[in-house]
Amino acid sequence: MSTGQFRFVASDRRVREDRRFVAGKGHFVADIDLPGTLHIALVTCPHAAARIKSIDKSAAMKMPGVHYVLDGAELASGTEVLLAGLDTPNVPRRPLAFETARYSGEWVVAIVAATRAQAEDAAEAIEIDYEPLPFVLDAEQALEKSSPLVHEKHGSNVLLDKTFVWGEVEKDFAASPCKLSLRVKWGRSSTVPIETFGVVARWDPWRDILDVWASIQMPRYAEQIAAALKIPAASVRVHNDVDVGGSYGVKRGIKHSVLVGYLARRLGAPVRLIEDRLENMRGGDAHGPERLFNIEIAFDKSGIVHSMKMRALENLGAYAGRSPFQLGKPIGAIVGPYKIKSVEYRAIAVVTNKTTQDAVRGFGQGPTNLALERAMDEVANMLGFDRLEVRRRNMIRANEFPYLIPSGTTYDSGDYETVVAKVLADTDYDALKKERDELRAEGKLAGIGIATCLEPSGGNATFEALLNPKINMSTFMDSCRINVDGNGTITATMHTTSSGQGHETLVGTVIGEVLQVDPDTVRVTRPDSLNALPSGTPVGSRMAIMLGGAAFHAAHKLKAKLTTIGAHDLGIAPERAVYEQGNVYDRDKPANKRSWPDLVGIAYRNMHRMPAGLEPGLAVSHVYPVPTGGTLPTPDGRVQMYPCFAFEFHLLLLAIDPDLGTPQILRYRVGHDCGTQINPKIVRGMTMGGIAHGIAAALYEEFAYNDEGQLIAQSFMDYLLPSSHEVPAIKIIDHETPSPHTVLGQKGSGESGYLGAPAAIASAVNDAFKPLGISINTLPLKVSKLGDLIAKARTK
Amino acid sequence: MRIELTINGATHALEVEERTTLLDCLRDHLALKGAHAGCEHGVCGACTVLVDGAAVRSCLMFAPQAEGSAITTIEGVTPAPGELSPIQDAFCEMHGMQCGYCTPAMILTAHALLAGNPQPTREEIVEAISGNICRCTGYAQIIEAIALAAERMRGANRPTELRT
Repeated sequence: MSTGQFRFVASDRRVREDRRFVAGKGHFVADIDLPGTLHIALVTCPHAAARIKSIDKSAAMKMPGVHYVLDGAELASGTEVLLAGLDTPNVPRRPLAFETARYSGEWVVAIVAATRAQAEDAAEAIEIDYEPLPFVLDAEQALEKSSPLVHEKHGSNVLLDKTFVWGEVEKDFAASPCKLSLRVKWGRSSTVPIETFGVVARWDPWRDILDVWASIQMPRYAEQIAAALKIPAASVRVHNDVDVGGSYGVKRGIKHSVLVGYLARRLGAPVRLIEDRLENMRGGDAHGPERLFNIEIAFDKSGIVHSMKMRALENLGAYAGRSPFQLGKPIGAIVGPYKIKSVEYRAIAVVTNKTTQDAVRGFGQGPTNLALERAMDEVANMLGFDRLEVRRRNMIRANEFPYLIPSGTTYDSGDYETVVAKVLADTDYDALKKERDELRAEGKLAGIGIATCLEPSGGNATFEALLNPKINMSTFMDSCRINVDGNGTITATMHTTSSGQGHETLVGTVIGEVLQVDPDTVRVTRPDSLNALPSGTPVGSRMAIMLGGAAFHAAHKLKAKLTTIGAHDLGIAPERAVYEQGNVYDRDKPANKRSWPDLVGIAYRNMHRMPAGLEPGLAVSHVYPVPTGGTLPTPDGRVQMYPCFAFEFHLLLLAIDPDLGTPQILRYRVGHDCGTQINPKIVRGMTMGGIAHGIAAALYEEFAYNDEGQLIAQSFMDYLLPSSHEVPAIKIIDHETPSPHTVLGQKGSGESGYLGAPAAIASAVNDAFKPLGISINTLPLKVSKLGDLIAKARTK
Repeated sequence: MRIELTINGATHALEVEERTTLLDCLRDHLALKGAHAGCEHGVCGACTVLVDGAAVRSCLMFAPQAEGSAITTIEGVTPAPGELSPIQDAFCEMHGMQCGYCTPAMILTAHALLAGNPQPTREEIVEAISGNICRCTGYAQIIEAIALAAERMRGANRPTELRT
């Protein structure tokens, strides 16, 4: 489907959500003021691991405004443990530490007071007697037999150790003349939204309903709260009309929500917890993957990669919800855009005494792409080939799609070579090399960064079943309901919160496209969870595909109904009736028509003019399953993971000050192909923002710990978010390979910038360091580290 | 303590604790929710308001310190309910935001910039907004929105060919 076929899709239209945001009229969770609301502040554990011997609440209870002090023992007796992804019953996760605290910053006590300031005052009056315990911070040490156990009852620190072999790995290794091995580390960072997580809950004992407002991005949120609080899911009403101030994966908030829900019921008052930045950074859902790779690559002298062995060791932190699944999602694109015939993949996840890890943009794909792209660079270096040339030789060709990769997923479509060619048509590669060499001649360290990435999109969470055999989920649906009211205006629904992705614009655009009406006339609402149809929520880069698909099919149902009504009233066979811009006319006598008001009038007020058996009114809904979904993994661990695969090619020039180590990105080009762009402004923003996150993960951000297990990046003074100075001007070069699986040819676009940029930066730094004879495979490459490496290389 | 603040042109007499930040005062005492808490330690800039025309972090200022100054919040630059200022409109035109959380502060910073420099270069825009962190956009469309707003405000009601 090409852009020329569309009326509204793919045109440069405004994003409807923006109007409220520019006026400061977003509806964020902290803006919700319910009368009589009580506020929570948290007391956290100062040790990396400690037994909680006693908690003295008496002084705090006497402080002004204090209503309640809750500890982990009471909460544990009143609630179920939080849902875990893996089958690990002896690794219970609770909102407040119970008996043992397992990381510095873990929540131990919740103070409830009339104001947040009073709750913070009282937090200082809580006396807790701790017995510090041995702890482990490093994932490799956590694997050792002598390591302290984070969860003693579990018997080891390993929550997951699973090996997959897809294809003839040993044979391909034996047959390949060249091999290399590599160790790559992705440091602990994440996407850190500017709005911290917040939740407000109110219990109505006369209706048995817990109302929840939260800055949430979490699948099965209401169900998880209900299960933990031991109440029916129909007693939890999540308000989906809360604007979420950024998430990029991390706003999971389940422990916060269970804590607040429990207190709202216990105290009979609205309760709210809005994390402050400290609570967010050390004990909220702030931390992302921290992953160590050992990779072996088998290739031939022409640079063709035949096989790969990848061992990924994930440092989960102290507890695990969905985070171990971040080792699973990359399986669906384990070979990236390359024709690697066979793969051995060992996924290991361990617990340590660090802050619990949660989902982050790309759900584990970013680290894996870094490892794969570092390997491609090293293949080129070993053979003395150009890094771009090696990638081109290994890329899947446009005529090879649909393309089945060894791990069982079929890629939908792509034209990687053309995307690369378009970028090179914009930026002369040889001229870029010349520019780099001139910088080097001036005494600077300069390097060209090259990376590709795939963005698996459409969010079918079959990695759950792959890593936990007790799970048999094979789809992850989304829904849309459209109602045309008696006055003829259109209202459509979506059933989840959003955190900046423009979903209301998406729904309006798609429905406007199908019904041939101005998208701005389509009202889009967000019913609460008790009025909602199923939604898998905006995870896994899926909403353009899934909510767009649901809206598309619902609109077609409506169109069909209008056509049926019109044909019947015109007295013609349905196949003679033509729908056009809200009117239905006779193909053979176009003057013979029924207008939109006529059709609405018949449906609402003239049952005598309705076709027999047709429901009155104009209400339709559609629940859309994931395209290509519906299958479980095979016994040998193959599965169709996500339906669609967007592609990016990153090319950049970076200079490093040889004395200070300061990196500066001088040029940044990215070729981007996510199929049809339903709203190009949104796609562009997502791509730019993703690259900014990726640059940050590569050069600036790290949740660093000291040897005592203390998080030493607890504020924005230590955890460095890139400002407008650090993010360079970036040029995006678009290409469009539609997906055959989606209603408009669209693919996901929320993640690829973040998946490609870290690998591209690592590539550039390694190229810049080549004259020094050093290579570096650990992110982040902070200024201090770059400076140290340069100094060390020079003194040799 | 009792304080008197001038906010968006109107005077408000308030009873606040001495330690109340200007941010909390605006949000909790005056229901002006457009200023947002991000870090509460002066780095992210989400709480930015204009104090006598200058972009200031309202999380680092106590409400009593704002007495005698003219405070402008995002509510004060919005011309009328449902109506956008040229800067707000340019942010919509370029989609200079995603989640909208840093947006009011970013727009106020743009106001402060353009009030003193109607024709900023890209570098000057980058410098002006470098104290406002946005996690969604990577800044590109924000920079473009401010440049567009500047262009439109310079050329207001004048045909393109007459612009200097």
